[in-house]
Amino acid sequence: MRRGKDGGRRVAKAKAAEIGAERIGKSFGTFEALTDVNLTIGRGEFLTLLGPSGSGKTTFLMILAGFEAATRGRLTLDGQDMTQTPAEARAFGMVFQGYALFPHMTVEDNIAFPLKVQRRSAGDIKRRVTEMVEMVGLGGHGHKRPSALSGGQQQRVALARALAYDPPVLLLDEPFSALDKNLRGQMQDEVRRLHRDLGTTFVFVTHDQSEALALSSRVAIFNHGQLQQVAPSREVYERPANRFVAEFLGQINILPLGGVSAGASGTTATFEGQTLTMAAFLGAPTTSFALRPEYMSLHMVAPQDGNAIRAALLDLTYLGATTELALKTPGGTALSLSQPTASLPSSLTPGAEVWVSWAADRGLFL
Amino acid sequence: MPRLSRPALLLVPLLGFMVLTYLVPFLGVAAWSVTLPEPGLTQYQTALTDPLVLSVFLRTFRICLIVTFATICASYMITLLWVRGSRMQRLVIELCILIPFWISVLTRAFGWLALLSNKGILNTWAQNLGFLTEPLTLVRNEFGVIVGMVHFLIPFAAFPLASAMRAVDERVLLAARGMGASRTRVFAQVFVPMTAPGILGAALVVFVFALGFFVTPALLGGGRSVMAAELIYLRIFQSPNWGLGAAISVILMVAVGGLLALLMRQARPAGAR
Repeated sequence: MRRGKDGGRRVAKAKAAEIGAERIGKSFGTFEALTDVNLTIGRGEFLTLLGPSGSGKTTFLMILAGFEAATRGRLTLDGQDMTQTPAEARAFGMVFQGYALFPHMTVEDNIAFPLKVQRRSAGDIKRRVTEMVEMVGLGGHGHKRPSALSGGQQQRVALARALAYDPPVLLLDEPFSALDKNLRGQMQDEVRRLHRDLGTTFVFVTHDQSEALALSSRVAIFNHGQLQQVAPSREVYERPANRFVAEFLGQINILPLGGVSAGASGTTATFEGQTLTMAAFLGAPTTSFALRPEYMSLHMVAPQDGNAIRAALLDLTYLGATTELALKTPGGTALSLSQPTASLPSSLTPGAEVWVSWAADRGLFL
Repeated sequence: MPRLSRPALLLVPLLGFMVLTYLVPFLGVAAWSVTLPEPGLTQYQTALTDPLVLSVFLRTFRICLIVTFATICASYMITLLWVRGSRMQRLVIELCILIPFWISVLTRAFGWLALLSNKGILNTWAQNLGFLTEPLTLVRNEFGVIVGMVHFLIPFAAFPLASAMRAVDERVLLAARGMGASRTRVFAQVFVPMTAPGILGAALVVFVFALGFFVTPALLGGGRSVMAAELIYLRIFQSPNWGLGAAISVILMVAVGGLLALLMRQARPAGAR
């Protein structure tokens, strides 16, 4: 009798929801955890919320889930207001860092829980549970308790449980921070595959910038309760909106400039007495110029073209395929470089006088 | 003689005290049970066949079961508020658990008498206000005994229950709500099962305590609902039959020991988690 409603293949792609956040604010007493967050999460998008701890990213996720109420602002789900909707009525899937499995239930019972909540038929539940157990590669573990599984396996159960009932949105709160590096990589691939296959809207909180860049179609960066930038991975890395974003997403060298003058063919400026040129498309000039270490190269003698500055080598850190170099210019600006180990002369030792160069079309003004 | 390590020496006074004041007298009682009035197991035979003794055992068992059930139910509700309530609620509950806990069992039994007896506060007020024409018999029966015992035992259940409830990961509850489960379902299908080991532990503690109760049943039962401990007292001090009293003591001791062994086994997996 319920067949008409529950039976048949569910087309998950059609269920993915769009979420809108308008001027969301949250205060705990006098502490402002979130200020004026405006964000639209598209249907079927994979968005990561990235920021240091205490930046407000988890608070924002809890507000999306309905576990915390926003102090100010409005939330919408497919255009409908959901600001006051309780968590159980939103029924977004949720995956936590500590797995949050039901310890008194088997793997299968854990996955069946949300289906029982939806009062699906016994046959339907059994079919769906088997399907989900296979989907996350846990065939044969269905009758075990969570405590008998490894961390990675437990997190797969949590994913299967959260996705079993085709929620319109899946929220993930630092789900892989407790796993070791290799396993984390595997789980990231797994989550990307699930997102591709299911087409559900995913919102993933992390403090790991490489995880955010690798996983998602867009990254939202939080700091001090404010949204700093929302853009695709490549854009936040290469065109950060401000100094915080630039520095948070990995190593960056910042050169203080003097005598900046912008012309039609580009910008010229001086750094410690040397003239530098920057391509016009790098944007309106300011007095600090930022460069990622991988865009700079090392020379033992002054190079013929491009921008070049002199520096002393302070330290080398061997990382296998690449080596990180710490340098200091005569004027005292610290630089960090990342070079392929194979390209470095073996005679290079701390104390050496070197040159650092980069192309005129690299870098950005902050 | 094996040399004792120095920290182990710190245990000597306690062990000595226990042996002198507990083990030696108990062995003496155990000896009475097989020697008075003549050597043999006749007293055990009497204890396990005499209708009066059996009826006391049965009543003790029944009262202990009811008391355990009522105590666990009441404690679970109180502890839930204690652990998960607002700051004000926590404070009130804390006072309601701790203040009676600090008051002597004797004082509390007399307190219940003052409240519940035929000429007590409750009956007098109810009659003056016209709710009752005849006083209700609330003490000097099993009801009074159960009320007094439950009141005494609530803190003993509340502490283990509180630690079980505090160990529940808040995120597991959030996960369940996130999947659309109502608060009732989260409570019944997630929270209560997750605290089940704590419930079992608390129930065993309460049951073991209840088995040996003496003052409360003696005062609030008014001699009409005699429990095992009171029967031992009567056999030793009032209608002397030391052998029988001793045999009942040993049987009670064995029952308590068996339950404690069960409790230890129950506690181990919970501690190893």
